Amino acid sequence: MTWSVTARGAHQPDNTAFTQQRLPAWQPLLSAGITLPLFFCAGLAFIGLGLGLFYSSNGIKELEYDYTGDGGTGNCSLCAAEGQGRAPPPSCSCAWYFSLPELFPGPVYLYYELSNFYQNNRRYGVSRDDAQLSGLVSALRHPANECAPYQLSATGLPIAPCGAIANSLFNDSFTLWHQRQPGGPYIEVPLDRTAIAWWTDYHVKFRNPPLVNGSLALAFRGTAPPPNWHRPVYELSPDPNNTGFINQDFVVWMRTAALPTFRKLYARIRQGNYSAGLPRGSYRVNITYNYPVRAFGGHKLIILSNISWMGGKNPFLGIAYLVVGSLCILMGFVMLVVYIRYQDQDDDDNDDE
Amino acid sequence: NDKVDFSYNRLADPKFSFYDNALVEAVKSEDRLVYLFFLCLSLCHTVMSEEKVEGELVYQAQSPDEGALVTASRNFGFVFSSRTSETITVIEMGKIRVYQLLALLDFSNERKRMSVVVRTPEDRVMLFCKGADTIIYELLHPSCASLSEVTMDHLDDFASEGLRTLMVAYRELDNTFFQTWIKKHSEACLTLEDRERKLNLVYEEAERDLILLGATAIEDKLQSGVPETICTLTKAKIKVWVLTGDKQETAVNIAYSCRIFKDEMDGLFVVEGTDRETVLQELRAARNKMKPESLLESDPINICLARKTKLPFRVLDETPNGSYGLVINGYSLAYALEGNMELELLRTACMCKGVVCCRMTPLQKAQVVDLVKRYKKVVTLAIGDGANDIGMIKGMNLWGFIAAAHIGVGISGHEGMQAMLNSDFSFCQFRYLQRLLLVHGRWSYNRMCKFLSYFFYKNFAFTLVHFWYAFFNGFSAQDVNETWSLCYPELYEPGQHNLYFNKKEFLKCLMHGIYSSFVLFFVSMGTVFNSERSDGKDISDFQSFSLIVQSTLIWVVTMQVWPLVVGIALRTNFWTLISHAFIWGSLGFYFCMLLFLCSDGLYLMFPSIFHFLGVARNILNQPQMWLCLVLSTILCLIPGIGYNFLRLFLWPVNVDKVLNRIHVCLKHPLPPPVKTKIKHPGLRRSAYAFSHKHGFGALITSGKTLKPNAFKTSKRVL
Repeated sequence: MTWSVTARGAHQPDNTAFTQQRLPAWQPLLSAGITLPLFFCAGLAFIGLGLGLFYSSNGIKELEYDYTGDGGTGNCSLCAAEGQGRAPPPSCSCAWYFSLPELFPGPVYLYYELSNFYQNNRRYGVSRDDAQLSGLVSALRHPANECAPYQLSATGLPIAPCGAIANSLFNDSFTLWHQRQPGGPYIEVPLDRTAIAWWTDYHVKFRNPPLVNGSLALAFRGTAPPPNWHRPVYELSPDPNNTGFINQDFVVWMRTAALPTFRKLYARIRQGNYSAGLPRGSYRVNITYNYPVRAFGGHKLIILSNISWMGGKNPFLGIAYLVVGSLCILMGFVMLVVYIRYQDQDDDDNDDE
Repeated sequence: NDKVDFSYNRLADPKFSFYDNALVEAVKSEDRLVYLFFLCLSLCHTVMSEEKVEGELVYQAQSPDEGALVTASRNFGFVFSSRTSETITVIEMGKIRVYQLLALLDFSNERKRMSVVVRTPEDRVMLFCKGADTIIYELLHPSCASLSEVTMDHLDDFASEGLRTLMVAYRELDNTFFQTWIKKHSEACLTLEDRERKLNLVYEEAERDLILLGATAIEDKLQSGVPETICTLTKAKIKVWVLTGDKQETAVNIAYSCRIFKDEMDGLFVVEGTDRETVLQELRAARNKMKPESLLESDPINICLARKTKLPFRVLDETPNGSYGLVINGYSLAYALEGNMELELLRTACMCKGVVCCRMTPLQKAQVVDLVKRYKKVVTLAIGDGANDIGMIKGMNLWGFIAAAHIGVGISGHEGMQAMLNSDFSFCQFRYLQRLLLVHGRWSYNRMCKFLSYFFYKNFAFTLVHFWYAFFNGFSAQDVNETWSLCYPELYEPGQHNLYFNKKEFLKCLMHGIYSSFVLFFVSMGTVFNSERSDGKDISDFQSFSLIVQSTLIWVVTMQVWPLVVGIALRTNFWTLISHAFIWGSLGFYFCMLLFLCSDGLYLMFPSIFHFLGVARNILNQPQMWLCLVLSTILCLIPGIGYNFLRLFLWPVNVDKVLNRIHVCLKHPLPPPVKTKIKHPGLRRSAYAFSHKHGFGALITSGKTLKPNAFKTSKRVL
C-alpha cells in the first residue's frame, strides 16, 4: 500500500554528473606501489642532478680580496685609517696584487661585495622614488615622501635622485692592470662597464628626464645632488648614454640586495686579449678607496669570477640536491621495511575482524 | 502494481488509492469473512459523517486512524453513511442497510478495544470488536487458533515496519444471551458507585469467544523513513529530542513509532507535575534512578555547579546506568525552565536516550533549544515544519538576545511555508535530514577542516617566510616592535579566542607550516646567496629574491594540496576534472599574472606601484630559480607523504580502518544485507488510534451531540 505521489519535484535539481557530484574522478592513493618507486626515483634523479650541479659549481673559479683594510692588513689599511671618523672620507688609492699561475678562463666578471650592509632594511629599501627615476618631470621636482630625509636639500631644492639608496651610492672604483712578465710593464685590462645592469632596468625602468635644449644638465637644473655625492647625477659619466639616471653603476646599485651580504657586478672582462679569460701573470687592481664601511662594521671585497650554465659559484644547490636525494632514498628504504613488516600484520588484523 | 479502479463504487473517496486487486476481487465475490471484516470496519467506530454537499460524504473522526479505516471500508463498498443514537446506516455495495445500534462498548485505556452490538436487518445480534491485537488475541475463540497464528505473524511484520496494528473480530450473540446481557448492561450503566468497573465486567462478558476476522495495519502519518532516519542519527551519536505541541499520548506514541522510545528501554519517566516542588521531585527521582550518585554532594558536576555560577560554563556529559526516556509536558516545563530548575532539567534530560516535550508553546521550544545550547558543548539543530517551530529554527528574542538552534531546518509540508522560509536549510521530507547531516554535513566538515588546515598551513608558510627574513634585514619591518607588544598585551588577545579548530590538527599545520616556510626561505636564500646569474649579473637583489621565494611558495603550497588532502581524508578524496583545472590553472594563472604585473606598460603608467618591472622576465629564465623550486617542492612534500604512508601502517586510527574497509568493499561488493525480521513484543502494537482517554461512545449513544437533522431521522425511525 503506497500513498506517495511520485511526481518529479519542481525544484529538483538536474540529474547531471556535475550537479550531483558524480564527475569522473581520480583518487590519489598513497599505496606502496606508487609511493615507494616515487621515492626511489626522486632520490636517484636528485642525486644525479646534485652531482652535476656540484661539479659545475666546483669548476667555477673565484678569486676574492677583502680590501676593507681592517687590522692593518694589506695596503688599503692606510686608506682605512685615514678615512676613520671623517665624513666625507678623503679620496685615497690603494692596490691589490695577485698573480695567476694559469689561465683564468673567461668570460671573467669583476664584482664588489659588501657585507653587513642592510640594503634590505625596510626604511632604506623604500627610500627611493621610482617615478622620478623613470624620468617624470613632476616627480623630479617633487620627490616622493618616502625619500625623506633625502627628499629636499638643506636649501630646499629637490634632491635628484632622492632617497637613502641613491645617497649611499657605492663610489669606489677599480682598474685592473696586467704584468705579463715579472718586472715588465703593467698593461691596463679593458673593463667593459656596459651592460652590467638588467636590460629592462637600463632601457625601461630608468630614464633621464627629457633634455632641455639638448642638455641633460639643464634638465636637472633646480635640483640638488644627494648630500653624499661629490658631483651631480648628470656628471656621473662623460658618456651621454651612461649618465644621469641611466648610469649603469647607479642602476646596479639601485637594484637593492635582498641579503646583508651582497655582490654587485662592477665590470665584465671580455675585450681584446682577455676575451678568453685572464692569462697567467701578475695583476694589480688599483682601488679608489672612497666608500666608508668600517663605521657599521662592514667589509668590502673585490671578486673575480667566471660562471657556468647554472650561474656563479654556489655549492649550496649541489649539496642540497645530493642531501635531499639521499634522504629520499633513505626514507624509501625505511618505508619499504615498514611496509614489509607491517603489511602481514595488517592482513592479520583484517582477517581477525 | 496498478491502482485499483474503484469506479464500481459511486461513493468512493477519489483521493484514496489502493494497489492490491486480490482484496477487491474478494469483496466483489462476496466472501463472507471479507464481508464481515469490512462490515465491522464500517460499524465499529465513533466516526461522525457529514454530507455538506449532496453525495459528498465527509467523515469527522476522533483519530485519523479511525477515519482512515472507515474511509477504506467506504471505498471497498461498505459506506458508512450516517448514524443516529440508535442506528447506523451503511450502504453495502449500493444497498442501504440500517443496523440497530444496541450497545457501544467504548474504548478505554485499560480495555484497549471497542465493540458495538448491532442488530442486523436480518434480525441477528452481532458484536463487532476491534482493538489492540494482544488483547483481542486473548479473547478469541479456540477454533480460530490457526488463523490467529498466521495473523500474529503478519502483525509482527507490520509492527516491525512501524505500522499501527489492530485486530478485528466478531461474535454472533444468541438472543437469550443478549437479552440477559443487555439487562445487566443497563443496570451497570445506571449504578452510581463504581460504574466503570462494573461496566467493564459486563463488557468482558460479551467480548469473548470472538471469531477473528483479520487485522488492519495503518501506516504512520509520519513521513516515510522517519524511524530509519532517527535510528541512523542515533547511531551517529546524535541525540533526538521531540518538541511538540501535541497531546502527551499522541506524542509518546509518535515517539514510539519513530523509535525515539523503544520497548527495550529500561524506563520511561513522565514529568507532569503542576507545581514547582512536584516537578523538581520528579526530575530528581528520574535522575536518582538513572545515576544515583549524581545527586550526591560529591558529584563532580555538583561541585562544579556549586563553585562557579558565572556564565558561560558547560555541563559535562553524564552516563546513566541504562537507557531511559523522558516525557515532560508544557505545563511542567514552564516550571522546569525557571532559573534554578533549568539545570536540573538539563541534566536529567541529557541522561535520557530520548526526550519528548509535549504541549509546548513556540516560546518554550526556543527556550529548550537555548537551554541546551547555553550549557552543553554541543551543536544544536532544530527541524520543524510548522509556523510554531520558527522560534527555534530562526531564533526568537529571549531576554534581549536571539535564542535559536545553531542550525535551523525547515520542512516544507502541509503546514505552510513559514518554517521553510525561515530556515537555514529546507527540504520536504524529514528523512533527508540524514543525508543533510551524514552525507553533506560530513563532506562539508571534511572539506572545512581540509580547508582550514590548508589555510593555516598556507598562511604559516607565507607569514613565517617573512619571519625568517626578519633575521636578515635587521628586524626592520615589524609593525609593532617587541616593547610595544609587551606594553599592550591586548594585542595578543584576539589570538587567544576561537582556536577551537582541533588543537592537535592546528599544531600539525603549524609545524608543517613552520617547516615549509623554513625550507622555502632558506633554500631560496642558499640559492641566491653570493651567487650570480648565468649572464654574470648578481642574482641576490631584493626583487629577484622575493620573486623566487614567492613563486616557490605558490608552487609548494599548491603542490601541497594533494598530500595534505590525501593526508586528511585518506582515500576519500576525488580529483575531478574541475579540481585539476583549478589547481593547475591557478598555477598557470599565477605565472601569467606575474608577467603582467612585471610588464613595461604597467610600470610606465604607475611607476611607483608596479616597480617590479622586468623581474619576472629576468628571473624565470634562470636555472637557479627552477632548481630552487623543484628542491623546495620535494623537500616540502616528502615529510607529508612519508608521514601519511607510515601512519597507515604504524598508527592506523579507526577512521582509516573503516575507510580501508570501504575501499575493499568497493572492490568486492558485498551482497545487500538480509533483512532480519525484528520480533517486537506486543506491547507497542496497541494502536494509538485509541489512545485517547475515552471515545465518543457515551456521547453517541446519548444522542445529544447529533445534528438536528440527524435527530429528525432518528425520530422518524422511532
